[in-house]
Amino acid sequence: MAEIRVENLRKTFDDFVAVADSTFTIDDGDFFVMLGPSGCGKTTTLRMIAGLELPSSGAIYLGGEDVTFNRASQRDIAFVFQLFALYPHMNVRQNIGFPLKCIGRSRREIRERVEETARLLRIDHLLNKSVSGLAGGDRQRVALGRAIVRRPMAFLMDEPLGTLDAEFRDLMCEELRLLHDRIDATTVYVTHDQLEAMSMADKIAVMNKGYVEQFGAPQEIYDRPATMFVAEFIGSPPMNFLRFHGAVAKGAAAVRMDATEVALPELREDRGEGALALGVRPEHIRFDDSSSLRGEVFEAEYLGTNQIVTVETGQGMVKARLRADTRVSAGETVGLSFMSERLSLFDASSGRAIQTALYDGGPHG
Amino acid sequence: MAEVRLSGVTKRFEEITAVDRMDLTVADGEFVVLLGPTGAGKTTTLRLVAGLEKADEGRIEIGGHDVTMASPTVRDVSFVFQQYSLYPHLTVFDNLAFPLRSPARRVPEAEIKERVNAIAEMLRIPDKLQNKATQLSGGEMQRVAIGRALVRAPQIYLMDEPLSSLDAKLRADMRIELKRIQKDLGATLLYVTHDQIEAMTMANRIGVIDQGRLIQVGAPREIYEDPHNVYVATRLGQPAINLIPRDLIPAGTAPAGTATIGARTEHIRIRKASASAAQGKVQWIEHLGDQNHLHITVGDRKMTTLVEPDTDLVVEDGVSLELINPLYFDGAGERLRTET
Repeated sequence: MAEIRVENLRKTFDDFVAVADSTFTIDDGDFFVMLGPSGCGKTTTLRMIAGLELPSSGAIYLGGEDVTFNRASQRDIAFVFQLFALYPHMNVRQNIGFPLKCIGRSRREIRERVEETARLLRIDHLLNKSVSGLAGGDRQRVALGRAIVRRPMAFLMDEPLGTLDAEFRDLMCEELRLLHDRIDATTVYVTHDQLEAMSMADKIAVMNKGYVEQFGAPQEIYDRPATMFVAEFIGSPPMNFLRFHGAVAKGAAAVRMDATEVALPELREDRGEGALALGVRPEHIRFDDSSSLRGEVFEAEYLGTNQIVTVETGQGMVKARLRADTRVSAGETVGLSFMSERLSLFDASSGRAIQTALYDGGPHG
Repeated sequence: MAEVRLSGVTKRFEEITAVDRMDLTVADGEFVVLLGPTGAGKTTTLRLVAGLEKADEGRIEIGGHDVTMASPTVRDVSFVFQQYSLYPHLTVFDNLAFPLRSPARRVPEAEIKERVNAIAEMLRIPDKLQNKATQLSGGEMQRVAIGRALVRAPQIYLMDEPLSSLDAKLRADMRIELKRIQKDLGATLLYVTHDQIEAMTMANRIGVIDQGRLIQVGAPREIYEDPHNVYVATRLGQPAINLIPRDLIPAGTAPAGTATIGARTEHIRIRKASASAAQGKVQWIEHLGDQNHLHITVGDRKMTTLVEPDTDLVVEDGVSLELINPLYFDGAGERLRTET
């Protein structure tokens, strides 16, 4: 297994900049997720790491070695497209051993490696079974076994769970993560699904229009988004933005939105008069009759333990995650208060977070 | 719009009973969601109502008329399929107008224009009307596909997982949109999905379906809070309900015959406890962005609950657990109710 380092990686297709000067390091053994909407450059980055696409400029290091211009076959990596397709006419042993057979390994080596892999996945008792008779979970493990049997330096996966239905996807997510923890393989995983990213990643790079908007641990990115794009891409429902005009000064611990003063973590920088956005996560909102920040309930979505209540305020629609036993009805006027120590503030014209005490010490940008 | 009533409807495909003696009434103007896993018989039920399949037994009525043997055209239903298909060579406007231009309907062009514009407004795509269908994003295409059904006012709308191909954000927006549109139109809608969030947030009533059988029908809150059996209890709720053996945690007075206790987040009080008083241990706290899942072990059992973002619990903490009015099930998985 190995560290993967990407330096000033750039890829253009004619006038289109697919990847704009990305630099990041994936630590040895990390589960790294590139997250972003379609067209953000995540798959292109992955394909350059794999050697399926040559960069326009920049460098890629695999385990310290410059592999930028090496062919895909000369890089010791496994590219996993789909994790669930099995060869129905082969048994479990043949399915897992197939990639080794393809590269011409000896029968003895194949047998040893297949058995070792099966033990790791706890399916060694199934080796001689036909795959068509297997339960769903075991089928997934066989598919995983086939992906890992080669034991490459890194695994690259491009939306491998994309076409599975939700129930199956959750199972597979957990299985993948557990497996990763057992074999500590450096993994680069591409997805547009923030939930997959949050639940599996050690580190996430959130990408947008070819740029890495933020690189960090999932919780870090969730709690301290570097940009409005990141804040909105992560979380479901996403972070709310209450938009207003004003100026803020370093050292202040509150902002004024119309008639309401909202406390937030102490500001670490000044910002002249301009468009601002207060960033509030749905779970950091409470109904509070004494608050002067008021809005009208537009709708409540019942989710069992919780509900998502949409409130129309003077600063825009706000979604709050509340306990389901809070009775609300559409049309009702409510006061809102926030957990002030968890709020973010953004410069709404550049989209960048304004530094506050919340961001102290944390990496950003 | 009209009431739709299924009575004892059964459909078999060779050895498999896809729909098994189904009784279901969708009231005029009601949004009913059939919820169940792949293969439960949801889509077959829709196809039976549409007339795309013929029932082997039972009776289907639309607006009081027996249509069990009637052809699809006379049933006057609109169907939205999971895999939307638009006419690629037509504009969005013409795609939306298509059902109205059917020779059988003879809608005047002025009225077509009016209805298409109204639907486009509702779906928030009025600026896309002159685009070719192929110039749309996936989400826009799906809205056009739904719009093509909504442009008519049939007896009932039938929708088969129409949002499943959209990404999560768009799906969340479309849930709200679709619910709003259904309400505004007063539409009768039968909708099938395997997604519990869609079911809970949109339905007036949910029908939980398993192996062709309708297990329970009720308002989302009723299905969630008062399930008839273990199967229904596990269909709703994220994280899934914890099913634990009767004696794992003190559970007040369980009714006689209790084998399994079902405990959701709101049924469990968890407190930090000293080593001697602890019944369980925090295994990990999973940060999923929007929610945090607390995983604890009690003996060799695992339990998962939601936890507040500002919880002071950390991994390895000992915890005490108390159950408050959980759900009780007998050995066969049927609900046992306490006398209160």
